[in-house]
Amino acid sequence: MDSDKILEVGNLSVSFGDFNVFHDISFEVKKGEAVAIVGPNGSGKSVLFRAILDFIPYSGNVKWAKNIKIGYVPQKLFVDAHFPISVGDFFGFKTKSKQTINEALNSVGITGDEEHLHRHVLSKKLGALSGGQFQRVMIAWAIINKPDILLFDEPTSGIDVGGEETIYNLLHKLQTQNKLALVLISHDLNIVYHYADKVMCLNKEMICFGEPHTVLDPASLSKLYGGEAKFYSHEH
Amino acid sequence: MPIFSLIVGAFVGLASGYLGSLMVLRKMSLVGDALSHVALPGLALGLLFHFNPFLGAFAALFTSIVFIWLIENKTKLSTETLVGIFFTLSLAIGLIITPEPELLEALFGDISKTSALDVFTAITLSLTAIIVVHRIYNKLVLGTISDDLAKSVGVKTKRIDFIFLLIVALIVALGIKVVGTLLMGALVIIPAAASKNLSHNLSNYAGFSAFIGLVSSVVGIYFASIIKFSPGPLVVLVSASIFFISLIFKKD
Repeated sequence: MDSDKILEVGNLSVSFGDFNVFHDISFEVKKGEAVAIVGPNGSGKSVLFRAILDFIPYSGNVKWAKNIKIGYVPQKLFVDAHFPISVGDFFGFKTKSKQTINEALNSVGITGDEEHLHRHVLSKKLGALSGGQFQRVMIAWAIINKPDILLFDEPTSGIDVGGEETIYNLLHKLQTQNKLALVLISHDLNIVYHYADKVMCLNKEMICFGEPHTVLDPASLSKLYGGEAKFYSHEH
Repeated sequence: MPIFSLIVGAFVGLASGYLGSLMVLRKMSLVGDALSHVALPGLALGLLFHFNPFLGAFAALFTSIVFIWLIENKTKLSTETLVGIFFTLSLAIGLIITPEPELLEALFGDISKTSALDVFTAITLSLTAIIVVHRIYNKLVLGTISDDLAKSVGVKTKRIDFIFLLIVALIVALGIKVVGTLLMGALVIIPAAASKNLSHNLSNYAGFSAFIGLVSSVVGIYFASIIKFSPGPLVVLVSASIFFISLIFKKD
């Protein structure tokens, strides 16, 4: 594996019994690179994450660089507002250091002094956070041990973005500041155009892989979403 | 004062409440209830063939726990239905083979005949269960929130699930002496359900749950000894009362 590669995937296929989720996916991720995965619902995006993380059986090759640290943000947690777990408890699974926790929160844009963070964030129930704040907390949790790569599975449901920066601005900032490679599943092609170095179109098979402006042409988009999908990119 | 019984009840109540906090989070409430029924045929075999009924109950529980774990991990069968069928079946078999004089005791518990050895066993096993579960508590909760997230930070979720189930079998077997097979589910679930109403974070939740388990068990056994009744129903009455009181103080 080249020294600047973090992940190399070759001919990856996953099936659940007779049902073929996707087949023959090959791609690579380099240090500090942002790769977006797009595709319709049920196209196998989340399953792809679970396969490269070795949570489920697959065929093909998944090769991570040596001693790589991976951060992972799943699409959802099974936590409702009655689940008796505070945000502080959740961070406690990873570290006991208050300073580390506060630093991680600061780096995802949740700021304030120790007292403020404790009262307004850490002692709150995890299931009672707003969608946007929950995502920030999840990212803070994932980057706490300074991973080399972050896998981010964007939830399909609407998120109130709020604040002065969006989650994607935030991820982009982390990517450049911490030289963090990003692989994100996204439903928003605008995001892909703005933030991704590479994009993968996935729908049971790999329809495209490469730089967004090159590979996201009408032909592959219509193959990806079937039929009339159009995208108008506005240049800045 | 049935001092031995109260000590056994205190420790078993404490451990049941503590383990129960996890079972409720993991939505295993019904599994816990059904599980305790499995203990009956094991208990009956112990009574019939004159070996320690606790060992019989534990063996029966252990077998069914391995069975559940295998179903969950090796097959795609729906656990709930199978558990429902298998467990009610074993309750039926247990009812048939349990000797008539001991049937009430097996169903509703009896700790009037508690020996020093029973006290020793209860203390040792309860403390062991609490210590082991304490060590894996956070990992189990993380696995409950998201199996994938737990795996992503290196938690061996299948292994800790198995250890947890094993400890559940141990405590259910022990608790059966106090409240009997029919009501053991309640001793595990009600304290946790009450505690959930009162807690904002995990350490409060686990702590209250263990404490409510202890209080229910001790107060229930004490009243049972006064009115000379099986302890099981009284323990459940006390914990259910605490649950209803907790509803008043429920935090959002």
